[in-house]
Amino acid sequence: MQITLNGNKVECEKGKTILEIAQDNDIRIPTLCWQEDFHPEARCRICLVEVNGKLMPSCSTKIQKDMQIETETEKVKKTRRMNLELMMADHLKSCFIDTSNHELCRIVAEEGIKNIRFEPKKQHGKDTSGRAVVRDPNKCISCGRCVQACRDTQNITAIDFAYRGHKSKVTPYFEKDLHKTYCIKCGQCILSCPVEAIVEQDHTEQVIKHLADPKKHVVVQTAPAIRASLGEEFGNKPGTLVKGRMVAAAKALGFDRVFDTNLGADLTIIEEANELIDRVKNNSPLPMFTSCCPGWIKYVEHFRHDLIPHLSTCKSPHEMLGVLVKTYYAEKQGINPEDIIVVSIMPCTAKKFESAREELGNDVDYVLTTREFAKLIKLKNIDFNQLDEQDFDDPLGISTGAAALFGATGGVMEAALRTAYETATGKSLAKLEFDQVRGTEAIKNGSIHINNIEVKFGVAHGMMNACELLESYKDYHFIEIMACPGGCIGGGGQPIPTTWEIKKKRIEAIYNEDAGLSLRKSHENPVLKKIYEEFLGDIGGTKAHKLLHTGYVEREL
Amino acid sequence: MPDKLDKIIESKKLLLPILTEIQDRDGYISEDNVRQLSKKTKIPLSEIYGVATFYSFLTTKPEGRNIIHICNSPSCYVNGSLNIIEFIEKELGIKSGQTTEDKLFTLHIGSCIGCCDKAPAMLLNGEVHDKLTEKKIKGIIKKCRS
Ligand code: SF4
Ligand code: SF4
Ligand code: FES
Ligand code: FES
Repeated sequence: MQITLNGNKVECEKGKTILEIAQDNDIRIPTLCWQEDFHPEARCRICLVEVNGKLMPSCSTKIQKDMQIETETEKVKKTRRMNLELMMADHLKSCFIDTSNHELCRIVAEEGIKNIRFEPKKQHGKDTSGRAVVRDPNKCISCGRCVQACRDTQNITAIDFAYRGHKSKVTPYFEKDLHKTYCIKCGQCILSCPVEAIVEQDHTEQVIKHLADPKKHVVVQTAPAIRASLGEEFGNKPGTLVKGRMVAAAKALGFDRVFDTNLGADLTIIEEANELIDRVKNNSPLPMFTSCCPGWIKYVEHFRHDLIPHLSTCKSPHEMLGVLVKTYYAEKQGINPEDIIVVSIMPCTAKKFESAREELGNDVDYVLTTREFAKLIKLKNIDFNQLDEQDFDDPLGISTGAAALFGATGGVMEAALRTAYETATGKSLAKLEFDQVRGTEAIKNGSIHINNIEVKFGVAHGMMNACELLESYKDYHFIEIMACPGGCIGGGGQPIPTTWEIKKKRIEAIYNEDAGLSLRKSHENPVLKKIYEEFLGDIGGTKAHKLLHTGYVEREL
Repeated sequence: MPDKLDKIIESKKLLLPILTEIQDRDGYISEDNVRQLSKKTKIPLSEIYGVATFYSFLTTKPEGRNIIHICNSPSCYVNGSLNIIEFIEKELGIKSGQTTEDKLFTLHIGSCIGCCDKAPAMLLNGEVHDKLTEKKIKGIIKKCRS
């Protein structure tokens, strides 16, 4: 099909939108409400172009034969500017342009707009008391991207448009604060927002305070997914593994010890594989669901009380490590646990919520997202890319390739299968990779024979896909669910942007990390062997249960 | 109560008619109703709230005995509806969407009610009052209060 684009004849494929054709031809059209992988809703009218003399949103208009498209006429520019100014008036005027990195502010700067002729429509109360996800509706420009993420990716719709016309706004039901709703804290809305009107609760100040306090022994641990994404915050290509520099940065920030959440992940696998084998033997609630994703847990607690007995009782890796720090490590070092502060660097906003759960006590004091950690490093003027690589501290710094996999969808399943198979059968796996659970398909599944029992497993990532898998959950013995698409590497606390292209690079990095390690099975972690011997006792035993397992509650809608 | 909601859902099926029925029955749509409705229909609470606030004939707060809808669309606007609105707000001591403490009045400011030729106009409990003046309004309010 042929069209005319800014005076040039262009051949193009049927079914594409004007925006896609423009992108294919390197013609810039600014967009705001449009997001990759979503159905265009054409709310913001920033992407207007002239089609045969009429203004049309390019993101939602499909090309037709012989269309005459102009992207930069006076009419287009004037209308675009006005729409931008109206939005900018709603967004804080104080957030103005040059210094701000908001997508909106960047476009406004690119358009050369220096002054805003309009006044904001309204003043709203803030919603900032939540532990994980907070909102400033005064910054919101009603683009609807968060609503799309929450509804179409996550199938939650904790926020939606309410009212109409000039009163229209994005809000949880009955204008409640988000943390008093069934929001699962996944933070996918944060990744979508072009103006930081939804963000994570900031805990950097508290952490800085503790770092400056000589009486506190401040321990930091980093999640498996951070080393594959943190580098992006400092200009590294997506998929750059920055483990050594990440550890060095934590030391430069003044943390007393830098431990590895991956050790906690190995511990989770040892306990969880044991729990699975137990459940299969005793026929207690099957399938068993993984429990390391706090967004998924909160989903079950709100929407699926019937599945609570199916959740593994294992604490998540950073909580397991937290409890080891405040018991085993404290004892060994002769430090009063009250003087220890544990900070977890996580790709996740729901972990902030998790760490405040009553059932989990004070084992983890603060959770910082990947973004917050990067912010700390920048605040301290640490030149991240020039740092010399360093190793995690003893004794909680040794981990296996299985733990590395936790960052990618299917990784917990693969790690658990390696250990469950080998510990239950006493045999070695010929091939460690479980290709059935790798990759980014919505739902993955497979089966394996363990002592003549066929164990069927399923994996889903992103709550929309998870809900689909739940339709047939009874077909399985073991199911891994991660609330975020792609798994933790796509978590709501990760660097922005987090697109599929970027996520796939991060996943690749994680599989490379596993492949490059000599120890690749959690049950072979030498440090954990010692800790079970010296401190924890039996796998799944009384002490292990007391320290490493937890329970769940029924929550109302 | 819950089985009555079941009946409404059963008979109306679609969200908007269900909400309209609840509005007619209770005079407003309560948080509790929205929650029950969400559990039964699996439509998310925030989505139902979005619909319940989108239509001006639905309300999510309890209403007073007399419900005033003042039009603020173009014809009424150019004929001074703003002054009329300000006057009523002062007389009743409430703003749009609010209900007086004695539960006598609820005020809504909304779109055209089809009386553009006799603007400014309003509805009192569904009945049209047009060519409004401050004096007329005083009379209407007095009548409701007595
Ligand atoms: S955190 Fe997740 S569930 Fe909560 S509003 Fe954002 S996208 Fe929705
Ligand atoms: S909170 Fe952000 S993403 Fe959501 S509508 Fe407002 S500006 Fe858009
Ligand atoms: S980007 Fe096309 S209307 Fe918003
Ligand atoms: S404009 Fe007010 S009734 Fe039509």
